[in-house]
Amino acid sequence: MNCTKCKTRAVIDLPRHNAAFCKGCFNDYVREQVSRAIKSEKMFGKDDRILVAVSGGKDSLALWDILLKIGYKADALYVNLGIGGYSEVSHAKVVQFAETVAAPIGAVLHVHTVEQEAGAGIRELAMLIHRPTCSTCGTIKRYQFNRVALEHKYDVMATGHNLDDEAARLLGNVLRWQEEYLEKQSPSLPASLEGFAKKVKPLFRLSERELAAYSVLNRIDYIVEECPMAKGARTLLYKEVLNRLETESPGTKQAFYCGFLDKQRKPDTAPSTITEKDQTILHSCTSCGQPTTADVCSYCKMMARAKTHSL
Amino acid sequence: MQIQLSHPARTIEIKGPKKAKDLLKELNLVVEAHLIIRGNELVTEDEMLYDRDQIEIRPVISGGSPFPLFHSPVTPAPSPASA
Repeated sequence: MNCTKCKTRAVIDLPRHNAAFCKGCFNDYVREQVSRAIKSEKMFGKDDRILVAVSGGKDSLALWDILLKIGYKADALYVNLGIGGYSEVSHAKVVQFAETVAAPIGAVLHVHTVEQEAGAGIRELAMLIHRPTCSTCGTIKRYQFNRVALEHKYDVMATGHNLDDEAARLLGNVLRWQEEYLEKQSPSLPASLEGFAKKVKPLFRLSERELAAYSVLNRIDYIVEECPMAKGARTLLYKEVLNRLETESPGTKQAFYCGFLDKQRKPDTAPSTITEKDQTILHSCTSCGQPTTADVCSYCKMMARAKTHSL
Repeated sequence: MQIQLSHPARTIEIKGPKKAKDLLKELNLVVEAHLIIRGNELVTEDEMLYDRDQIEIRPVISGGSPFPLFHSPVTPAPSPASA
């Protein structure tokens, strides 16, 4: 398989774009998709200071790398949750990236250690307050991320949520019609009030597979191991279902999530009820009088054709 | 050929030559959720893999949202009692 752009040997194929790319053209594609997301959602400009939430996983480290390569001023925050060996490994991956890629171009890594402040890791804290670990983790990360953004006067906070994350969340929210969450599923949320920093997701146009490929191709050493607390998460089931659909019908995830965003942006001026819609587009068939969108209804056309052939 | 898998980490042996996409099919793995790495290099689905190759099939799906900053997590299904 050859690169769609330069015709050299491809290293990844992207069925949803009916394309395949070599390393160089794939990097161009990834950075172009991120630039497009930043501009279309008015996320930030070249003078803004960005705080990237990094976890040691492929998405957040790829995001930090891409923003620095495009030329944005991006620092990062890592929250060490104290999940035994998993946190030790992820912390080490983040520090390694910060020292080898970010620091040489002046970018800074902030670290918050949950155990230092709370005296216990996330699992112990969750048990103490009788709450699920993932929910405790979410609260701590949201709080610390916002705190660091405000204290260090960052203009915007960026996370590594990708197309799969957003499509899976949308599917979950639609399945249960959680409309209050649908309203907030935009890739760019403003600083709605004093004490809230602006939040953006520049990777929403890229799939999880594309981001893993970007990390492998660019030698970004990320933690492949799954967070032990995420086992059995419902999000995994939604992602699995969406990936089966994507394999059968490439482009499904993008059509689902980006279609939702388009729909959210468009003012709803079209007729809303079935009656109003029917009255707008239907009228009587000139042959039989039944409702149709054309001059002659499809039944009359079909019968006329059948009579012609039988002659 | 030696195939390295994750979640859980293990190594298996599969007879080559075989196309990358056929290997995934044989292991019942979805293309969209995996990368195929030969040595240190990514390969496309139509690439032929041989017995001498060291292959890693790397899952790309991560479990939840590492930084669920914007939304509450998707709520679990209602229990039969509350449904």
